[in-house]
Amino acid sequence: MKILVCISNVPDTTTKITFSPDNKSFNATGVQYIINPYDELALTKALELNEVAGGGTVTVVHVGLADAEPNLRKALAVGADDAVRIDAAPTDGFQVASEIATYAKDKQFDLILCGRESIDYNGGVVPGMLAEMLDLPEVNVITSITINGGLSQVERDIDGGREALEVSLPFVASCQKEITEPRIPNMRGIMMARSKPLQVLPAQGGALHTEVSEYALPAAKAGCRFLEVSEVEKLVELLHSEAKVI
Amino acid sequence: MSVLVFVENHAGQFKKAAYEAASYAVQLAAQMQTTAAAVVLGTVAEDTVRSLGKYGIQKVVCVQDALLDGFEAHAAAKAVAEVAKGIGAGVVVLSNTYTGKALAPRLAVKLQAALAAGAVELPELNGQDLMVKRTVFSNKGFADLALKTAVKVISITPNSYKLVENEVAIEVENRNGVVSAADFKAKVVEVKKVTGKIPLTEAELVVSAGRGLKGPENWHMVENLANALGAATACSKPVSDMHWRPHDEHVGQTGITIKPNLYIAIGISGAIQHLAGVSGSKVIVAINTDKDAPFFKIADYGIVGDAFEVLPKLNEAITKFKAAN
Ligand SMILES: Cc1cc2nc3c(=O)[nH]c(=O)nc-3n(C[C@H](O)[C@H](O)[C@H](O)COP(=O)(O)OP(=O)(O)OC[C@H]3O[C@@H](n4cnc5c(N)ncnc54)[C@H](O)[C@@H]3O)c2cc1C
Ligand SMILES: Nc1ncnc2c1ncn2[C@@H]1O[C@H](COP(=O)(O)O)[C@@H](O)[C@H]1O
Repeated sequence: MKILVCISNVPDTTTKITFSPDNKSFNATGVQYIINPYDELALTKALELNEVAGGGTVTVVHVGLADAEPNLRKALAVGADDAVRIDAAPTDGFQVASEIATYAKDKQFDLILCGRESIDYNGGVVPGMLAEMLDLPEVNVITSITINGGLSQVERDIDGGREALEVSLPFVASCQKEITEPRIPNMRGIMMARSKPLQVLPAQGGALHTEVSEYALPAAKAGCRFLEVSEVEKLVELLHSEAKVI
Repeated sequence: MSVLVFVENHAGQFKKAAYEAASYAVQLAAQMQTTAAAVVLGTVAEDTVRSLGKYGIQKVVCVQDALLDGFEAHAAAKAVAEVAKGIGAGVVVLSNTYTGKALAPRLAVKLQAALAAGAVELPELNGQDLMVKRTVFSNKGFADLALKTAVKVISITPNSYKLVENEVAIEVENRNGVVSAADFKAKVVEVKKVTGKIPLTEAELVVSAGRGLKGPENWHMVENLANALGAATACSKPVSDMHWRPHDEHVGQTGITIKPNLYIAIGISGAIQHLAGVSGSKVIVAINTDKDAPFFKIADYGIVGDAFEVLPKLNEAITKFKAAN
């Protein structure tokens, strides 16, 4: 199969988040960037699906600036065949989806896999927007996928449970944990990645739909009130009369 | 430009998040000096539909095609977009549930609308723009997002907006023939509902445990406490990775993000990735043998102690409290 995997480049999960003094931008100084954890799962699953199918290609696409290239090389080292970077600072889900749609529309991918959400802006919007722009079906938050011929069986999380679906290729899916375990690049993969193609394409541009006007950190907590092990009844009383949550 | 709210139903019933979205839409409409209408898809009893009037919804469009009884994003987006265009909606509001997450992006593209996913407060009006507060960096920050298009879509995080009662007379319009079988791109084969426990994403109270519990055989203590409280159960990542608990209980940056009224963390250290998924909780109780456990830094109440001693005692105290209240 010919599979496209959309990859976003996000601050490492241990990052302490800070903003510029005027609160207009994220302070990226010293921040380590990683492949979005859900996108690592999407990539691994794409490779596994092709292994089962006995062949195919996996292309990774990223909308972003050159500083993301080490992570695209990492995706190649994990096993992707080629990488595409669309050269624009990603600032809005609609913009990212439009750029990927423009790239993908005449490439006849059998399947497009994304992550459930990027852990920086947490929108979870790119996969659905991309599907709508390409007029494809989309299944979000999938926890399993198998493909038989032109038909795919997927499971997804729903409110209060899980759902099994059948959908015809081509379609877009966004991956949730449980779908697989992320693959770690080995030495051979890292060597091979150096000579795999990483293509940079110009962005189409276009008006942005949204703009962040200001960031803020969560309000600091008042501090923890400690109780003794013997005071559990008091805790229950405080949760009732002071915190008013039970 | 009126406000339209998509009120999602599950087997014909509205959940709390649906009423929160309705309330939000009504308050937003008041701010914008316009009215709020609702759209409901599939078969829902008229009494249930009319219950939206309690929260100030004056008009409901029911797209009754039975095909819409099971949710399918492609068809649902078509139906909601058609209603939105029909009434000239300037803003479409929905819940940021799994259903809303599947629907909102498609709808935004159909309406050429800016989308704010996961709003936590009512927007501020800024000329033609709406400024919407939403969480970013997995609860480690907030962003005020300006929505700059003529039509806007806002999905709201469950349990972040309170219900506001405001009973009005309600008009119900039934429509049919909005979708056809060809609009349904994915076929639901089976639905497995969680039974016998409260779904984590909807829970107002959550009891969660980590590696401090030592092994899956000790989880009855966690479940007993959750049952006594009427709470859902959750866990840390290693606990689900080791298959002590199912994956759908894993909360945190790479698991589910929750925002309950009460989160009780037992034997969980409070790693930054764990906190990212739960720090939006209104009240946090941490129980840990280590007085320096990071969880105590964001907890409201803490007990330094052994879970194996504290849990049975707490269970007893809760049971006693419940019997008396
Ligand atoms: C990329 C990435 C993503 C991650 N995402 C997540 C995520 O989404 N969610 C998540 O939870 N983690 C996540 N993690 C893992 C995270 O870093 C921590 O390792 C994890 O949260 C620790 O789980 P824990 O607190 O249960 O275990 P531990 O860190 O082992 O802590 C156990 C705690 O129990 C206490 N304890 C021990 N015995 C008792 C007792 N008898 N009574 C009371 N307390 C006791 C100890 O003092 C300790 O504080 C992620 C890590 C990475 C690298
Ligand atoms: N800049 C980007 N480039 C390529 N894919 C992206 C980008 N941003 C998001 N995605 C994809 O869309 C998914 C959801 O992201 P988001 O809508 O930003 O939460 C991610 O898991 C990626 O698969």
